[in-house]
Amino acid sequence: MMAYVVLGSAVALVIFTFLCLFRVVGGPTVLDRIVGVNVVGAKTTVLLVLIGHIFDNVSMFVDIAIAYAMLNFILSIGVTKFFLRRKIARSDGD
Amino acid sequence: MSLVSSILLILGVFFFGIGTIGILRFPDFYSRLHAAGKCDVLATTLALVAVAFFNIHDFSWASLTSWDNVRVSLKILTIIAFVYVASPTATHAITKAAFIVGIEPWEKKKRDL
Amino acid sequence: MARLVTFIIMLIFWVLLSGMFDAFHLTLGVVSCLLVSLASHDFMFYGRPGKAWGKNMLGLFLYLPWLFYQIFLASIEIAYIVLHPRMLEIMDPRLVRFRTSLKTNLSRFTFAQSITLTPGTITVNMADNEFTVYALTKKAADSLPGEMEARVASALEGEK
Repeated sequence: MMAYVVLGSAVALVIFTFLCLFRVVGGPTVLDRIVGVNVVGAKTTVLLVLIGHIFDNVSMFVDIAIAYAMLNFILSIGVTKFFLRRKIARSDGD
Repeated sequence: MSLVSSILLILGVFFFGIGTIGILRFPDFYSRLHAAGKCDVLATTLALVAVAFFNIHDFSWASLTSWDNVRVSLKILTIIAFVYVASPTATHAITKAAFIVGIEPWEKKKRDL
Repeated sequence: MARLVTFIIMLIFWVLLSGMFDAFHLTLGVVSCLLVSLASHDFMFYGRPGKAWGKNMLGLFLYLPWLFYQIFLASIEIAYIVLHPRMLEIMDPRLVRFRTSLKTNLSRFTFAQSITLTPGTITVNMADNEFTVYALTKKAADSLPGEMEARVASALEGEK
């Protein structure tokens, strides 16, 4: 039973990730896009662990998930620092 | 045991869905951060705890004593601890940037329905 | 002292991540942990690690279950607002400013993180002891600073 639940959860996470991409593509400001990317990263962390469970190889995928969580954090901090005090973040440049 | 993990996992995916719908539906930037920051922390915790739990209770006693399984579960708990510290920090950094750049919050009285 | 504690924590983390106990990997771990803890032990303990450190950690661990309960309530509330068909009528966002009485950096940090994680509020700005908080509903705005500040204070500043 657990296998079906994990598979269904993974598929649902992929669908949610694509829904989040709408916000990333069409967000009014740059910071909206950063939020979207952040949420996609959080979903991907869980998705990696679930993939590891499906392939019966959790011990390998957990390491990738740790690295991905840290990269996601550094990405949002770095990009935020970069766009701080920039006019482009308000108007999005068009 | 697999029933408990399944319920936790489904709850986690449900909260991920709430976060996604919130990001798509909310009217302004700050309230989108609400949906993103909170639901993601809770959903990540629930889903990862489910997998860690199932990983240990896979083969009853034998897996509890094998070092590999316990190590994998501890690693998953490490991810959870990291998310607890990192996610609010990232949310706060983004919010502060938005505040300094000067994105206006949506307020009710400005909008006459 | 600070170097030693940093070294032990990093060594535990190394063993957790690598999981191999042969001489080569353990030596590699000890050497790299030693280098890192010599170079950057003052990142982990800002200033001198006083006697209060262990007590603070204990307080933090006792504080975590309540925080998790609050996060659960927060997500339920967000779910209610998100799934409400006429969402714009029940939300009433506003900015709130208030002053906190917390003294140390660690307790302020914990308080800011907790505000971000609990129902309907996120910390926007924190200058010295003035917090700017964005609240999603009026009920959430009225509940600040309230119970949480008292809990953080008793968990992290107990001996004052």
